[in-house]
Amino acid sequence: MEALKHLFGIADLSKEQIEHLVNLGDSFIDINRRPIKKAPTLRGKTIINLFFENSTRTRTSFELAGKRLSADVINISASTSATSKGESLLDTGQTLAAMQPHVLVIRHSLAGTCEFLAEHLEHTAIVNAGDGAHEHPTQILTDLLTLKQAWGSPEGKTMTIVGDISHSRVARSHLLAAKKLGYHMRVVAPKTLLPSEVERYGCEVYHNFDEALPGSDVVYMLRIQTERLTDACAFPSIREYHEAYGLNAKRLKAAGEDCIVMHPGPMNRGVEISSDVADSLKSHILNQVEHGVAVRMAVLATLCGGHPEEKPVSKKKSSDEVKQAQGSLL
Amino acid sequence: MSKRLLIKNGHIIDPANGIDKQADLWIEDGKVVAIGGYNGIADQTIDASGKIVCPGLIDMHVHLREPGQEWKEDIESGSRAAVAGGVTSMCCMPNTGPHIDHAGIALQVINRARQVGLCNVHPIGAVTKNLDGRELTEMRELTRAGCVAFSDDGAPIWHAGVMRKALEYSATFGYMVIQHAEEKELTKGGCINEGWISTQLGVKGMPVEGEDSMISRDIMLARRAKARYHVAHISSQRGVQMVREAKAEGLKVTTEAAPHHFALTEEEVLGFNVDAKMSPPLRTEADRLAVIEGLRDGTIEVIATDHAPHHEDDKRCGLSCAAFGIVGLETMLPVSLDLVRGGVLSMSDLIAKMSCNPAKLLGLNSGTLSIGAEADVCIFDENATWTVDREKMVSKGKNTPWHGKQMTGEVTHTIKAGRVVFENGTIC
Repeated sequence: MEALKHLFGIADLSKEQIEHLVNLGDSFIDINRRPIKKAPTLRGKTIINLFFENSTRTRTSFELAGKRLSADVINISASTSATSKGESLLDTGQTLAAMQPHVLVIRHSLAGTCEFLAEHLEHTAIVNAGDGAHEHPTQILTDLLTLKQAWGSPEGKTMTIVGDISHSRVARSHLLAAKKLGYHMRVVAPKTLLPSEVERYGCEVYHNFDEALPGSDVVYMLRIQTERLTDACAFPSIREYHEAYGLNAKRLKAAGEDCIVMHPGPMNRGVEISSDVADSLKSHILNQVEHGVAVRMAVLATLCGGHPEEKPVSKKKSSDEVKQAQGSLL
Repeated sequence: MSKRLLIKNGHIIDPANGIDKQADLWIEDGKVVAIGGYNGIADQTIDASGKIVCPGLIDMHVHLREPGQEWKEDIESGSRAAVAGGVTSMCCMPNTGPHIDHAGIALQVINRARQVGLCNVHPIGAVTKNLDGRELTEMRELTRAGCVAFSDDGAPIWHAGVMRKALEYSATFGYMVIQHAEEKELTKGGCINEGWISTQLGVKGMPVEGEDSMISRDIMLARRAKARYHVAHISSQRGVQMVREAKAEGLKVTTEAAPHHFALTEEEVLGFNVDAKMSPPLRTEADRLAVIEGLRDGTIEVIATDHAPHHEDDKRCGLSCAAFGIVGLETMLPVSLDLVRGGVLSMSDLIAKMSCNPAKLLGLNSGTLSIGAEADVCIFDENATWTVDREKMVSKGKNTPWHGKQMTGEVTHTIKAGRVVFENGTIC
């Protein structure tokens, strides 16, 4: 299995790497439940969480993951960083990298931020904590650990993901993971919230939520950002959205007895999900949060596992193969 | 005292005069004086054996950034890049600062280009003042100053009423309006073509309908106004088809294609490649093939680069933030030669799209090797190979998607009004 230098996205991971991280995360769950939540794994390592977007659970779980493994963890949020003084993203990245952290955990609203920074920062491992609508790999690893706890393996199961697919990095990363791990994806959204050619991920596309539910093993609800309503004319009102795409206990019955419910948070109760589902036994939402810490411990331990002198090498994707395949003009 | 330059033994291709043969080209006092035999002694001889000798190329769509953004490019560096690419005449777009929306700036650009003395620079005047799409510029005054066509390139004329008036007014005097066709309400926030690639990268796409809807609207308005309407850098399958139909109908609708739109597709952007970001964006393989078909059947009469130099700082900030545009002058010919190698165009037809065709559209007296014409000449070896190195580019802009790629076809000499201005990699 190839050693991991950065974690940009699910796209770069093999099935074995994904399973390894999930299994390692599984083994870390226990530490988080002990009275003394500390292991020495990352003693002497420095981790910087650089968050350009708001985050509660992702940032906190990365912080806890690092601290519980004895790393020194620094959090920087965009409002306090130099970016508010006009420093460029690259300058901020280079400045922090010059302080020799082992890992930079980055969240940014622009897709490709991690790949971009990794190109210019040679000695620092980079973990993507969510980049625009591109990828959110640690959320997917978290979900896979939750599914492992619930079922053992996700293979052959059907995940129905509902909501703003268009702007969702979680949806994209799941669509990529599903192919690698052999679970089926159904995406449910109005056309205004679906990205172009989404069916090319190999998923089933539904506009009618009720038709997508039978046969679903997990219903995965995405947060609806109310600014989509005004900025993008994506739907006419919260009321109408909830009526068509909101999940409540009555609607969920169509999915059958064993279907579970997930949500990457934060939830909008009464918008995409009703409390009668969110707080029910079918909901694994808080399990996801718990597993998020364990999985991020696994990611940090894996990336910091090597010798500190070892320089991570950027795994920049090139389009050379594509160009070669194109060959001549016609 | 007259100075005679002999270009010996080259394969002369002059599409305007139907010349396509091995011959000597004689230049005297900056003019073409003979193709073939001539009674005289040359002061200077260039051996063009095995090479093609053609009119100096014309690139009717470049951004020279002067005045206003000289850190990206200026008229001198742009002229140097042009002659390094075999280009001896180019048309610069008016989105400078200040804009080329009044005669003073047009004259300033022309005068500066004359001082540099490497390449003719013909400004494209703005259609509207400040490029803001509201009030028409003084097109007659701008024409007198030397503007050869009108465009708000980069700031498409979105207002249908203004566009109608612009077409009617320009048609009154026979001027051509060039539109960067893009309905910005559809492309707002986008950075690459909308489709499978934008979905995978999680970036906002620019749907092809942004281009198509504006071309469609403009053709309708041009029909009513009986105007000369030119679609800049056409990139879409449907767009090419609309222009084809407009031509068949007899409308004065013309178009140009940029080398990147017939050489590359949106796949180039994978890996968040900022040097493959431009507007209109690289599109699908079907669009690319449609542009090639348009070049083949004559729907697209011109190849122009949309040379858009940017400073590294404007590109080195991630895909969504990076500036739109790539440089093109220095790679125009070798990339376009693929059309000949691929059997799409004859060498003569290809050269026509970069010489006499744009000259005819814009009323330039360059683009030919006619006897008596100003001796602007490009000499190239169609088989020589070289590798694009962004650090060695002559332009200030290093934003090329072809960095590290091998090119086949190399300009060896560029001659401007009888003077050798570029020779084997060196600007003279």
